[in-house]
Amino acid sequence: MLNWYRTMLVMRLFEEKVERLFSDGVIRGTTHPATGQEAVAVGVCSVLKKGDYITSTHRGHGHFIARGGDPRRIMAEIFGKATGYSRGRGGSQFMADYRMGFLGGNGITGGSIPIATGAALSAKMKDTGKIAVCFFGDGASNQGTFHESLNLAGLWKLPVVYVCENNLYAMSTHVDKAIPIPYIADRAASYGFPGVVVDGNDLLAVREVMQAACIRARNGEGPTLVECKTYRHSGHSRGDQRIYRSREEEALWMTRAPIRRFRAVLIKRGALNQENDRHLRREARAIVTEAVRFAKQSPDPDPATLEEGVFA
Amino acid sequence: MRTISYTEALREALQEEMIINPDVFLLGEDIGIYGGAFGVTRGLLDKFGAERVRDTPISEQGFVGASIGAALAGSRPVVEIMFMDFITLAVDQMVNQAAKLHYVLGKQARCPMVLRTVGGGGRCYGPTHSQSLEAWFTHVPGLKVVAPSTPADAKGLLKAAIRDDNPVVFMEHKLLYGCRGEVSEAPDTVIPLGKARIARAGTDITLIAWSWMSAEAGRAAEEDLNTQGISAEVIDLRSLIPLDMDTIIASVKKTHRALIVQESCRTGGFGAEISARISETVYDYLDAPLLRLATPDIPLSASPALERAAIPDRSRIFEAARKLVEE
Repeated sequence: MLNWYRTMLVMRLFEEKVERLFSDGVIRGTTHPATGQEAVAVGVCSVLKKGDYITSTHRGHGHFIARGGDPRRIMAEIFGKATGYSRGRGGSQFMADYRMGFLGGNGITGGSIPIATGAALSAKMKDTGKIAVCFFGDGASNQGTFHESLNLAGLWKLPVVYVCENNLYAMSTHVDKAIPIPYIADRAASYGFPGVVVDGNDLLAVREVMQAACIRARNGEGPTLVECKTYRHSGHSRGDQRIYRSREEEALWMTRAPIRRFRAVLIKRGALNQENDRHLRREARAIVTEAVRFAKQSPDPDPATLEEGVFA
Repeated sequence: MRTISYTEALREALQEEMIINPDVFLLGEDIGIYGGAFGVTRGLLDKFGAERVRDTPISEQGFVGASIGAALAGSRPVVEIMFMDFITLAVDQMVNQAAKLHYVLGKQARCPMVLRTVGGGGRCYGPTHSQSLEAWFTHVPGLKVVAPSTPADAKGLLKAAIRDDNPVVFMEHKLLYGCRGEVSEAPDTVIPLGKARIARAGTDITLIAWSWMSAEAGRAAEEDLNTQGISAEVIDLRSLIPLDMDTIIASVKKTHRALIVQESCRTGGFGAEISARISETVYDYLDAPLLRLATPDIPLSASPALERAAIPDRSRIFEAARKLVEE
């Protein structure tokens, strides 16, 4: 349990550091921080087995960290360095580790939903026992890929868990302006499998729901759609001034912040005290500091390799 | 050697590869009991079962995307898009996912999938069932684009495409399905992607084409130009990506004239790319301007008269080639 707590801390500090590096002009391009969504990533990944597939999103650093990705190589990828997971070619939105089944983030909203579905199809046909977990946001649930994929998965009873991180906003568009029903999870009914709503800021609740969904998938009973209600503390991406939502709303969600809540659980259970909390925070900070040091010291990709790797 | 149809050749390729490799499977609309809109997969359901000959709902984006995911996870899907025109519904998955993942993920991802589809007019199917959209895909680095024109090539190239570790857009042609030709019975006749075929050797002009236009160019060369004393060399590209420029260049150096024939509309077609590359590399060898024959920049009509007027054919190839040589 302390491990999960530490991973959430690493995620948080990592994203805060990335935002700072962007505003300082140290790194370029764009980034989509998942600050405030730590309990979903860590809760989901905590129930997976080795080799299970994950597809991530444009907001994917945290998924990767929670799955066990090396923060140094993740940071190096954001820096566009040769030591990054994608050798500097993918950046913030395209990093993966195929050896661990982490099939990567995605620059297209909803783009990875059919891919997770296909990975699950392959796992089922090859009878590998693996399942696929597909992260996406509330916005992606309006894409055709979502509906077509869930239909296929329901039809073919695929071993896949669709994890919708409903953080209330697709960039600036509130879910109420984009989705005419209160629960995205209810969309699963059209495709013949269960949809479950869970408090995405409660790590243990996410775990519990995910455990049941993964058992279903592994038993050949088919997919589950898990809607995790959460909130991103920061803007959609770099430069977002959050003019579409109120500071009061943000303050309200801060009281439900996932790390704070999990810390309270750990303290209540006697697993955490001031001393080891301080120690874990120090560790998390050191991991992020080391990631930045590694990324800064890493070499740029060699421009001579520019045209390498278009084809396998 | 025995003679079989283009359709039978494709089916043999699928069947042989499915037997050799259990990771190969087929999916698409109505490919099971119906056998596909053009009958290519007919009978395969009985041989391999519904798991490996998988009917899909009408969800191109979903099942093309699922093919990509399955390929990334180690399967080798061959997905059928009923008409090439419907590929628009899956373009994001091909362009933003399949094509890019190997490169942008630093060579980790492999996407060994084949997207079989059928282009071309000649059947009066109208504007959304007759297009030749191959040029779009040649413009996206990371995709291979193959367009066979004979039964032997259909079989050998499809087998190569299935064995390739990259996403391949495999373009068939409605008018070719019934064409018959000699095809080796040897089980492992694979034709490598990226090697053009000199369909007919000649000395006066080079005709460059692919798919149905290659067949038409062959007839124009053999039956029309030949009788006029014009010796035309016909290059069937077989695959557009990778493109075999060496064969084109060697031919143009020999004949000093080139006519490029494409079925798709003129602007932004692949003929323009070939033309540019010829002029960039062997301009000095040309004795006449480079010429393209293409469908005009119009949507195709269902009217037989209008469709016939739109698409290049044997007689127009003959006329254009004759002019190039004689003027």
